Amino acid sequence: MARRLSPLQIIALAAVTAALAALPFLVGNEYYVGVAVFVGINAIVAIGLNLLMGYAGQVSLGHAAFIAIGAYTAAILTTRTPVSPWLAMLAAVALSSLVAAVIGLPALKLHGHYLAMATLGFGMIVNIVIIEWVAVTGGPSGLVDIPRLRLAGVALDTNKYYYLVWALVAVSLGLSFNLVNSRVGRALRALHTSEVAAATCGVDIARTKLQVFVLSAALAGLAGSLYAHYVQFVGPGHTFGFGFSIELVVMVVFGGLATIWGAIVGAGVVSVLGEYLRGAGDYDVVVFGLILLLVLIFLPRGIVRGAGSFLPFRTVRPAHQGRSNRRRDAEAP
Amino acid sequence: MSPLALEARALRKVFGGLVAVNDISFVVREGGVKALIGPNGAGKTTVFNLLSGLYPATGGTFLVGGRRADGHPPHLIARMGLARTFQNVRLFGNMSVVENVMVGWHRRGRAGFLSAVLRLPQARSEDRAARAACLEHLALVGLDRRADDDALSLPFGQQRLLEIARALAGRPRLLLLDEPAAGLSTREKADLARLVRRIGEGGVTVLLVDHDMELVMDLSDEVLVLDHGEKIAEGPPRQIQKDERVIAAYLGEEPEAPG
Repeated sequence: MARRLSPLQIIALAAVTAALAALPFLVGNEYYVGVAVFVGINAIVAIGLNLLMGYAGQVSLGHAAFIAIGAYTAAILTTRTPVSPWLAMLAAVALSSLVAAVIGLPALKLHGHYLAMATLGFGMIVNIVIIEWVAVTGGPSGLVDIPRLRLAGVALDTNKYYYLVWALVAVSLGLSFNLVNSRVGRALRALHTSEVAAATCGVDIARTKLQVFVLSAALAGLAGSLYAHYVQFVGPGHTFGFGFSIELVVMVVFGGLATIWGAIVGAGVVSVLGEYLRGAGDYDVVVFGLILLLVLIFLPRGIVRGAGSFLPFRTVRPAHQGRSNRRRDAEAP
Repeated sequence: MSPLALEARALRKVFGGLVAVNDISFVVREGGVKALIGPNGAGKTTVFNLLSGLYPATGGTFLVGGRRADGHPPHLIARMGLARTFQNVRLFGNMSVVENVMVGWHRRGRAGFLSAVLRLPQARSEDRAARAACLEHLALVGLDRRADDDALSLPFGQQRLLEIARALAGRPRLLLLDEPAAGLSTREKADLARLVRRIGEGGVTVLLVDHDMELVMDLSDEVLVLDHGEKIAEGPPRQIQKDERVIAAYLGEEPEAPG
């Protein structure tokens, strides 16, 4: 059951919305608005990944590859075919969902972290394909001249794009809350505590996990196409690689597993930090690794729940209480 | 003769070299309460785990409501109408009391993934109906006032009741209760006995494992006794109490701790 928002929550929500809406006018510098666009794009991925990690209890170490599939689908369709960018966006979402279904179907039937292994390998394969399949992907030189998105005849510049991206963040957020408070979402939260008990209630564990995995890949595909139309160039690089898959995991853990709001906070902090660390080269991995460690040790429930249970955003019960049950599961059915 | 809620034919489970369940055959008739008893290690919980699909059987078959159920995964057996509780209560600790029951209700729902994500009217009305139905199940076990509390905030005895309500929410034809009285006070046991009787009268067949002989003999219409994985007796409580093999099986063992 969706809980009704308290007045305090409504005020907080309105304040956040107003701040986000006013941001382009407040900062007045296109670079910062651009950073906010990337934060939004990453937040869409992190929201999906948070559903997978926080609720289905599965880790994907290759989510950047789904961003790549979305980005390349959008890029190829809009630079080489007359397909409209909006249709290409749908195609990007559809293709990344389909690929996720193919990977997830065998991996999620098995217990344990087979999905993490499968996605790890999958991410590497996608990166090889990007570089080697020159005829389609442009190989190392990538694809250029990806058109900007247009809405009602107007090309979306950075400021307008910012609003589009954050509107889609809001939609993703809404879909996630819907899911978590539904029949399927309850099944998902239940199986996270005890797969045995959930299964004996009639929950199809593998199917439910697969559905969430596909949803998370669909959101990554959407984010990928948004990325392609914003940067107007795709090529092998950071955003599609293993390193970024790990950054996405850091965003989710930093914000707090099973904290949908946390995914946005995590995406914000990690993305902005990533900008600062541009100069550090490959050492950014060290910093993110350190953050992951510190958060896991000192704030295992993530920054949003850990730093302030006073935040009026808690709409979902903490998942951590299920631990004792899970230990029992490990012993015997 | 009433139809069968459950029929087990030569059910067998071997763990490594240990024969935990040795070709057991029995039936559970629809309506009423049947008990499954035996000394520790007799194979009672293993039988439950076989019937609910958590262990694959080494041999034999079983039917739930006349349909072959062996070889099916737990969620499909649940959908055939078999529900169970656990010896060590397994509630969903990250959810409220009524949400736990709503997971038990899961198999009765139709709203799929997409209608859930998009919160379509069908999913919304189904959710409302589910909550109402689950509150009734909670009322049956006397927990409707705690509906929105955290499941793990309940005292232990009530957690057991919540697990029973969760199992009932799927409208099973057969309910397996694994040591429902373990750890309960005398008063709680009396309440439990009343509840189990009401469940049986409400049309749900109950198969019960428990060590409390007074409760078992008082509640059940029929008792099945296992020892070392084998069926050694089956019949009405009075007959079982006088059965020499049963007495020998219990006396020949170490006196057992409840639970």
